[in-house]
This record gives sequence, structure tokens and C-alpha cells, in this order.
Amino acid sequence: MRRVLLLLPLLGLLGLGVLFFRGLSLDDSVPSALVSKPFPEFSLPVLEKSGESMTQDSLKGQVSLVNVWGTWCPTCYAEHPYLMELSEKGIVIFGMNYKDQDDKALAWLDELGNPYAANFVDADGRLGIDLGVRGAPETFLVDKFGVIRYKHEGDINARVWNDVFEPFLAELKKEGQL
Amino acid sequence: MSKRASSWIVLVAASLFSAMTFAAIDTFTFDDEATQERYKVLVKELRCPKCDGQSIGDSNAPIANDLRRLIFKQLESGATDRQVVDFMVDRYGEFVLYRPKTTGKTQWLWYGPIAFGVVGFLVLVTVVVRSRRQKQSGELVDDIDEEKLIQVRRMLDGDNQTANKSGRQS
Repeated sequence: MRRVLLLLPLLGLLGLGVLFFRGLSLDDSVPSALVSKPFPEFSLPVLEKSGESMTQDSLKGQVSLVNVWGTWCPTCYAEHPYLMELSEKGIVIFGMNYKDQDDKALAWLDELGNPYAANFVDADGRLGIDLGVRGAPETFLVDKFGVIRYKHEGDINARVWNDVFEPFLAELKKEGQL
Repeated sequence: MSKRASSWIVLVAASLFSAMTFAAIDTFTFDDEATQERYKVLVKELRCPKCDGQSIGDSNAPIANDLRRLIFKQLESGATDRQVVDFMVDRYGEFVLYRPKTTGKTQWLWYGPIAFGVVGFLVLVTVVVRSRRQKQSGELVDDIDEEKLIQVRRMLDGDNQTANKSGRQS
């Protein structure tokens, strides 16, 4: 019995080692503080239609993605073809053009295609702060009542979509939102 | 002035100047000292959301810059420290606090080490006290089977005799 007790510290140390080693390979994205909160209030110009603006209410009525992007962001470029795929599948995607220039953003959409139902322009990044945006791309899943259900940091691809987004969509389907 | 001395002065002046340019990332100046001090503490206590290892005050990342400006504006319009911190936590989560609040899960962070220390100390004390008591009362000998002890003594004596013999022979 005594002998076993003597081994305890060693076992504890090994346990910690395993824990910390696992920590090395864990995802370092930070869970959003905004999950299950309504999309923050905003009123920002629409990129595609000068003179028009949209608000948080424009997002309501259907389940949608809000994708934070900018032409300065290489990962957004990598992600773009998959967003095109999603929009062809009928997923509603709103774009938040983040800290970008309108002419560059419009040229990008002209060249690569426009997967967005509409884009709103957060030129100075103030809405980005209210959304807790850490960088681009980030994508929010918003339900039809305008409540944020999930935030993904980094690009969306087939793997992320199947592993991460589909379960949330299944949940929304259960609620009768899809 | 000798050439050497003058070059020293230039060097010192240059190093002072470079230190000044480093410090002037973007300094927001308040009208009163107290708010300036509060600002300094706040930007040191809040972690830059983009760059894990730096505070908002230390980082040159654009987002840290935006947040500094925002905190400056909030303090100027009379926000309390608490309000500024809550504003940040509401948006970026507890992640931005270098000193997380003691609620729920973070209690482990705050009290865990103390608990470990106390447990370790108690174990140490019991071990020491027990071994002392054993030494004083001769418990160590009591623990051992008397019969075996005699057996061991015999064996040792036997060994000694053979060893002595062999010692004599050689």
C-alpha cells in the first residue's frame, strides 16, 4: 500500500505531461462571447448599392452566414471558391467587408464571383469590435431571429462545413428554422 | 571638446531619441493625470485579442490600435474602469483579461494552486511527524518479525566467521 502511495506523485506528473502535450495540438481559436446573443446593432452602407444601407434587422428572416472578409486577407481568397459553392447550394451568406476599400472589394467580387446576398461595409472596423472579430476570415452563423449561434475563426472549407457547421444546421432544422 | 567626447554626446543623444520614438506608438494624452494613469493600467491589463502574448498597450496590431483609441474615447466620455473592462469582455470574452475573474471555472485557476500547496504541505507534515514518532518509539524494530530477526543475526554471524576464516587462510 505504501509503495503505491509513493508512485502517486509520478503518476500525477505523467498525467500533467499528457494534459500539456495534448494542449500543444489543441485549436487555439477563442470561443465567441457573442454566441446566443443577438447580432449587434449596426447601420452600414451596402457595398453593391451605393446610397443604401443595412441594419441588423436585414439579417433576420432566414438562417444565414455572416462572413467577415477583406481583399487584404489571403485566407479569404483561399476560402472564396467554397463560399461560391455554398451559395450555389442555396446557403444565404452576407458579407461584412472589413477594413477594406470599396473599389478593391467590388473588383474582387467582379473577378471571383459574388457569393453574397449582400455586403455591408465596416471600413473602420467598429462593428468588428462589437462582433469581437480577431481577424479575417471569420464566419458567424445567424439564426432567423438574428441571434448568433456560432462563430468560426479561419476559413470555411468542406471539412469545416461538414464537421462544424452541419451539426449546428441540424440543430436549427430541429427547431424548425430550416 | 575632443573628438571622442563629442562623438559620445552624439551617441547618447541618438539613443535617447530612439527610445523616445519607440515610446510614441500613439500616445493619447488626457487632460488630467488620474485618467491618464487609469488608461495606462487598463491597456496593460487587457490582452490584445489578435496577438496572444501582448497587451493592448504593447501591441502594434491594427486591432490593438483601434481598441486603444476606443478606450481613450470611453475614458474621455467618463466611463469607469469597470465599464471599459465589461465592454471588452462582452465582445471578446474572458480571453482579454490577463487576470480572469473568479467565477465558475476560473476558480480552479485561482484557488487550485493554493489547494495543491496546502495538500502538499499536509502530506509533508504527516510524513515528517510519522517518521519522527517511529524513531522515538522504536516502532521500526517492532514492525519486524522477531523470528526473522534472529534468523538474520545468525546468518550474519555465520558469514562473519567464514569471512574471518578465509581471511586467516590467505
